[in-house]
Amino acid sequence: MKQYAILQKSHFADFISALAVEQSVMAPVAKGYDNYAFEPVTRASQIALKHIPTILPPKKYFMPPSETILEYSRREGEAVHPVVEYEKMILFGVHTCDLMGVQCLNMALSEHPEDINYLSRKNKIAIIGLECEDYCDEYASCHLMANDLPNGGYDAFFTDLGDYFIIHLNTQMGDDVLGRTKLIEPSTESHWDELMKFREKKRSVFKNEVPVTHQKIKEVFDNAWKSPVWSDIAKRCLACSNCTNVCPTCYCFDVVDEPDLDLITGRRRRKWDSCQSASFARVAGGESFREDRGAKQRHRYYRKFKYPVERFFRYFCTGCGRCSRTCMAKINLKETLTSLVKELN
Amino acid sequence: MKKTALLESEFKTKVGKILRTRQMTPLEKLFEIALPGGESLDHLPGQFVMVSLLGVGEAPISVSSSPTKRRSFELVVRKAGRVTTALHRLEAGDEVGIRGPFGNGFPIRYLEGNDLLIVAGGLGIVPIRSIINYTIDNRRDFGKVTILLGCRTPKDLLFSDETDKWNHRLDVMFECTVDRGDAEWDGNVGLITSLIPGITLEPDRTFAIVCGPPIMYKFVIAKLLEKGIPERQIIVSLERHMKCGIGKCGHCQIHNYYCCQDGPVFTYDKIKNLEEAI
Repeated sequence: MKQYAILQKSHFADFISALAVEQSVMAPVAKGYDNYAFEPVTRASQIALKHIPTILPPKKYFMPPSETILEYSRREGEAVHPVVEYEKMILFGVHTCDLMGVQCLNMALSEHPEDINYLSRKNKIAIIGLECEDYCDEYASCHLMANDLPNGGYDAFFTDLGDYFIIHLNTQMGDDVLGRTKLIEPSTESHWDELMKFREKKRSVFKNEVPVTHQKIKEVFDNAWKSPVWSDIAKRCLACSNCTNVCPTCYCFDVVDEPDLDLITGRRRRKWDSCQSASFARVAGGESFREDRGAKQRHRYYRKFKYPVERFFRYFCTGCGRCSRTCMAKINLKETLTSLVKELN
Repeated sequence: MKKTALLESEFKTKVGKILRTRQMTPLEKLFEIALPGGESLDHLPGQFVMVSLLGVGEAPISVSSSPTKRRSFELVVRKAGRVTTALHRLEAGDEVGIRGPFGNGFPIRYLEGNDLLIVAGGLGIVPIRSIINYTIDNRRDFGKVTILLGCRTPKDLLFSDETDKWNHRLDVMFECTVDRGDAEWDGNVGLITSLIPGITLEPDRTFAIVCGPPIMYKFVIAKLLEKGIPERQIIVSLERHMKCGIGKCGHCQIHNYYCCQDGPVFTYDKIKNLEEAI
């Protein structure tokens, strides 16, 4: 039980305040109309413990929408100074889907050659997970993605068991950060039993949301290239890029220069980019290998369900449902998968 | 937000000094560039570099010279976008940022001891020139070398001084065609595919290297297959617009491959079933 601790709910407010004294704490905050966002908090009352996936995933802290990668001054010729912008912080309340999102990014950006900007930041962010008891809403497909139960990716993990949270201390960093609050207590066998009961109940709540098994999804995509599903999506997709912007595992970027007004100094920045944008796959001469929107959406789905399996032996979909929730054309990932599964059968 | 300075980063550029420029056509300009201290770029034929102008941006450009030329390298830049237009304003003595080389390059070790059939269309001659010159500089390592070159009009022909030399060499078979001739052109007129049926080759020991505009590949490859060259011996260099060169930004992805890391050189058997590749 050494790796487990408990925090009485009555101590939760003091716990968050104690964390916030030490460093920035980011947690889900209600923004109205059932929207939530990770934002800096200093008090527990600001935190929405019950929340559906935030508008943007915690990816925004690991790989910000826009970040400086080089600074330059042309007084010194074409010389540049690489930089990393980072903030030491604690992320509190990260659901299992978003933990998996960070794990996917870790894999892709650790692959040789390593992304130093991402990796430098990764080690400075302490992650405290928070377990879901039930589905966030009808868009989630976390069981299908084998993601409804915690699977690492955190420094500490909270499960709400009524009067108290049981906490899995997964790393020394987690142990240190939480230990310094002096509010967590050792757990006992009975706390562990309660956790097991909670998980057992969860197993009956979370069921495959799409009529296919986790393993078989890849087979679906082995045969889906010429599916009419993509032309159906092409008729609806507005190419707004919302789906990729909110995806916890999308990491494509563009690189742009931002000169200062003196035109001598400036910085080179990378910004999130989207495979849904018109210019993304365009080559010299103006030709694009993925011109129509169906091909662009197909590429997005293949980047979640086929290509990463070949490269990293895992799907890059977390089942968070953000892409469906945010789609202006109501393109729904669960419906797309269901249509593709039907075609296979 | 804290900032920390890094000594090394994949995004860090080296300072390249332009030694010489040559306007080749109204749209194409050649740059000969040296790295600080005469450092060798240490590239393989077929690799590319990211060329940067601070305040403007970066663009992927194929290295056109052979690595046998050690103390400098050559790039041919077509004026097409923001970065390349700005590059065209530069002259000898100016500096540019260089990252790389990136990509896999042509598999020289596997090519040695075999016959080569090199097929270049239009601007495809730019990366292909690196392997042609490498082959010529290491001529005894290769069997029969055949070069087929095609372009739209005689005015679009790049490196005509060098192609003249290839034409006069006894140890290289060279043929050139244009889609549309002019009053002075007395060579072949027709698409590059029209040159392939007329050449004699031993398919088992011939590696074909193909680079050109996207439209060219399917037709040229069909002709090469007709000639009996095995799929794994047809080597293509593909073009994509890379933004990072390190297999992360996603722009150059072709199915599960990143063109900047796994390519831009692929054997045909690897990509033949990948739609969106050619």
